[in-house]
Parts: sequence; structure tokens; C-alpha cells
Amino acid sequence: MENPYIPYPVRIDEIEIATEDKSLKTFKFVFLNKEDEEKFSYQAGQFAELSIPGVGEIPIGIASSPVEKGFVKFTVFRAGVVTTHLHNMKVGDIMGIRGPLGNWYPWDKLENKNVVIIGGGFAFTTLRSSIIYMLDPANRKKFKNIDVVYGARSPGMLLYRDELFEWESRDDINMHITVDGTDDPDWKYNKGFVPTIVEQKAPQADADTYAIICGPPIMIKFTMPALVKLGYKENQIIMSLENRMKCGIGMCGRCNIGKELVCKDGPVFTLEELNKTPKEY
Amino acid sequence: MKFITIDKKDWAKGIEKSRETYRLFGPVKEKNGFLIKSLDNDMLPDMEYHDSVLSAKSVLFPQSEKMMTTSLDESRDGHHIMNRADADYSPRAVIGLRPFDAKAIQLVKLNFDTKEYRDPYWCDAYEATTFVGLGINKPGFYDFSTSAGSGPFNEEGLDVLLADMDDTYLAKVLTDKGQAYMDACGFKTQADAKESQALIDVLKKEAQKNIVSRIHTDKLKEKTTLELHEAPFWDDIAFSCINCGTCTYVCPTCWCFDIQDETKQKTTSRFKNWDTCMSPLFTLHTTGHNPRDTKTQRVRQRFMHKLKYFVDKYDQGTMCVGCGRCVKSCPVNIDIREVCNLMNAYEKQE
Repeated sequence: MENPYIPYPVRIDEIEIATEDKSLKTFKFVFLNKEDEEKFSYQAGQFAELSIPGVGEIPIGIASSPVEKGFVKFTVFRAGVVTTHLHNMKVGDIMGIRGPLGNWYPWDKLENKNVVIIGGGFAFTTLRSSIIYMLDPANRKKFKNIDVVYGARSPGMLLYRDELFEWESRDDINMHITVDGTDDPDWKYNKGFVPTIVEQKAPQADADTYAIICGPPIMIKFTMPALVKLGYKENQIIMSLENRMKCGIGMCGRCNIGKELVCKDGPVFTLEELNKTPKEY
Repeated sequence: MKFITIDKKDWAKGIEKSRETYRLFGPVKEKNGFLIKSLDNDMLPDMEYHDSVLSAKSVLFPQSEKMMTTSLDESRDGHHIMNRADADYSPRAVIGLRPFDAKAIQLVKLNFDTKEYRDPYWCDAYEATTFVGLGINKPGFYDFSTSAGSGPFNEEGLDVLLADMDDTYLAKVLTDKGQAYMDACGFKTQADAKESQALIDVLKKEAQKNIVSRIHTDKLKEKTTLELHEAPFWDDIAFSCINCGTCTYVCPTCWCFDIQDETKQKTTSRFKNWDTCMSPLFTLHTTGHNPRDTKTQRVRQRFMHKLKYFVDKYDQGTMCVGCGRCVKSCPVNIDIREVCNLMNAYEKQE
């Protein structure tokens, strides 16, 4: 019998500082056993438990994309016991990964649709995974227009900057990068909060347009009215939740919102679904 | 269905004999009341007990259980790679558990044994266990099991149901596992099936008459989650709660757990420990945000989980078997029967 609590052993292959304040790092892991990589076959939007023996586990969204092979990547904010320990680890260290866990963005439903991706701060990891997935030559034709609104406090706080600027130069994706503010005279993108940019730049909704939104609660709160103004209905707004978790497989009982478990029935829900559950997230 | 008569004079000998193949668990009297515990070699299950303070859930779901272990010593092979901890899954039998506790284990099974994932610790223990229940001739004051999908002689989840007939136990053998245990004890005096069932029915009827309190659950399903969640009575219910968590620990169906690592020198182990939704830590985010920050939210979670979310999710009744332990043990007299009846009767005022 498979033991869902035992992590796959991985080695840290690369550590990259992701933001100028060094509070986020991107970790690239390779599986010690090749066959585990196949077992870890995932979809964009899923998460995993990063597992450090003697310290504990932490649920983190998968930042690498299903179309990227040979490794998995996670961008981790240093916040608590496990993430602080992880930030102090070095290339070559052995730890574990459990997953993939949870559901994913509804890729079947999004086929032949316009997709608007809205992200803020460091909640851009599974969105990065999604963009890489959609832009893959084998997948791009499955989707109509792709728009991305992504904002952070300052240019140096944007995640995956090299990729963002590369996407800016492409004509098969409409990027709307923004920062809250900057004194950089060469900044050639937007300035302003995400909700404002959404209102100005995001496409009007029609029946074929879906928005995926991830970000801090305050951003989500103010982006919702902007989306409503643009005509998005509850079932066209897709969100990814976070709650405290331990098992990640629907058993330990703490991450529920009503009868739904964020770890197993989520983390991805439509606003329509969320409006039927208690707001315990 | 097969029935076996066991003369109480032969009882101890038979139980002793079963130790050749089974590890035994059963009621044991301790300072603060009865517990269902592992029985050491010279111990017999105390069959005269009434209520145990804790349920039999710990036989499959120990309060603290080592799940896996590894070495942190980098000079060793396989360091930092977790392996399942050794544990004994040889046959075990729980003797004299209450029928409502057996039913509760069936409800807990819905959580630990699912289509997508199986908790191997719980499932392996479950498969290793034979459940030998003891019918309740004189239900306790807090028992409301008959209206909670169980009852003093409920057979669900049991392999053998024993009925106490003064000088003898009448054993109703319900499964092959139960038969195997009877064989291991050497209990084989077969009794007439029709007559035996009639005798048990008399005890059952008498026992059921003694259960006077009840819960009403028929309307829980038709109400929406949000309607009940936003009902005005939660502050009143939670007012006296001190968030001690006793209700969750004594409950036979509360299955929530925490996972913690513990390191001694260079060996680390990961444990599964009982947890409680009454604790603010249960849901506290690292950011400091807590989705169930207030006592009312936590008390509501416990009752909504048992009496609404579970009902909707599994369609197998409530996640309460009516043992009454939480009512008896609550230091501030919060009573699930009252809460359940309030929820069931609640009509939203427009």
C-alpha cells in the first residue's frame, strides 16, 4: 500500500534569490529516484508539502510547470519555522516532497477560452506554472487570448522578472506588469495597484472569458468589484485558497471551509463555489 | 447467524487462551475512571464497567503515533530519507467495547480509508483488529445512542456482540473474524439461534426503554450550510466554552490530528497526534491571520462538522453516535443534544 505521508526524497539542485529583499527564494529540486518524478506528475495549480525531517512540512504551490521536465521548483517566502529553515539550507541538501496535492486550474474548461491571469506579490507561483504551460507550443493553440496583470510593491519585488520581460516582448500574450510605485526613471511598465490596472487593462468579460486570481486578501477584495464592473460572473472567477494544513490529503481536518477541504477539494475554487461556503479562510 | 454460549466460569480461561494469537485491548479501571487500553498479560477486560472516559478509538488511532523516522547524521546512508516506523500489526482484539464505539469506528473509517488515499497506520490497525462488543443492559444517564444511528445492542462495526446473561455471555457471531476469535478462545458451545435472538431482543428492548433523551436530525440536511452557519444562536452556545478540547478528545468520532517532528540526538521521528478544533492554533496561519480566531467560530466548527458538513458529505447520518461522553465531560455543561435540536429546528427569520 502506498503511504501518502512518506515524502519522495529530493536534493536541492539550485537556490535563487527571487526578490530584492531576499525574503523569497526559488528552490529547484531533483528527485533522488527517477521513478518518483513520474509519480509526481502534476498539473498547473497544484501544490506539494515540502518536508524537512526534524523540522516539519509546509504546503507550497508548485512554481515549475508540467511542461518543464527533470526538476520541480518552488518559490518560498520566509515566514515561519519550516520556511526559515529551508532558506538556510544549501545546494546538495536532502529533504522530501509529498504530492502533488489538491486540484488544479480547470484546464479542460479553459480550452478555447480567453484567460485573464491576475496576480499580486508572491502569489504568482502557480500562475507562473500556468503561463509556462499555456505558452508551450503544444498548448498555446488550445487557448484564445491570454492576458496577465501582475503587480508587486516595487520592480525588485516582482517574481520571475526575466520571464516577465520575455513575455512582454511576445505577441501571443498580453502582459500588464505593474508596481505600486518606483523611482526608477527607466521603468517602462505600469504604475498603480493591481485592481486599478485590472479595471483599465483587463478585457471585458464575455461568456468565453475566465479570470484566475491569486494574491493577498486586500488585493482580492478590491479586484472583485473591478471584475464585476467588467462583467465577470461568479463562475468565471477562479481563485486559489490557502489554509493551515498538515496532512494535505483530506484527513487531518483543519483546512475545511464548510464541508470542502482546501487541501483536497481545493485549493482551486470558483467564486460561485466559495460563495456557498463559510468564509473561513 | 451463529450464537455461542459462554459460561462466565470459562471466560477468563478462554480470553487467556486467545492471547496465543491476539494482542488484547479492553476496559481497565484507572484512577479517573475506565479506559480502553492494551491488556497486559495478567489483566482481563473489566466487563462490569459502565462508561469509559475515553472511547475505543485509540486502539486504531493512538493519541500519539510514530509514523516515520530517519537519521539526520549525514555520514549515514539514507540520511534525511523518511521510512515508515515499525509497528505491531499482528492480530488484536478489543474486548467489551460499547456498540456505539464500534459504530463510531465505522464513521472514522470514512475519513481514513478513501478512494483517493488510505491512511496506512489506521487501515493496517483496522484490518488487524477484531471487535468484540458488549451490549449495554443498563444504558447510562447520558446515552442517547438510539436517536444517533446506534443503540445499546447495535451490531454495526462489530465482529461479535456479547450479551450479558448473568451467569453466561451469549455471543452473536457476526463475521468470520469474530468466528476466528471465538475459535481462538475455544468458545464453541452453540446456542439455538432463534431462542438466543429472542433473549437478546428482550434485553435490547429493556435497554432502549431506559434511554430517554434524544436528538432530532431529520431536518439537518435540508438546511443550507450558510443558513446554519449564520444562525443567531452560536454566541450563546459558545458563551461558557473555555476551549479546553475535552469534548474532542473523549469523542469516539473526532479524528482530527496534528503532525509533529521530534528529534533525539541524530534520529528524528514524525508523529501523528490527536488535535482539537477548539484550539486557536489548529487553524492559525503563519501570517498571524486566523480563519477561526474566536471561540464562537471554533465551537460552531465542531458542531457544524458533526451535524451538517459530515451529513452532507457522506449521507450516512451525523458524525455523532450518542455516547454522551462530551456531555458528561464538558466542564461548562455544553450539551450536543441541545445544539443538535436547535440546529434541526432552526428556521431562518426573513
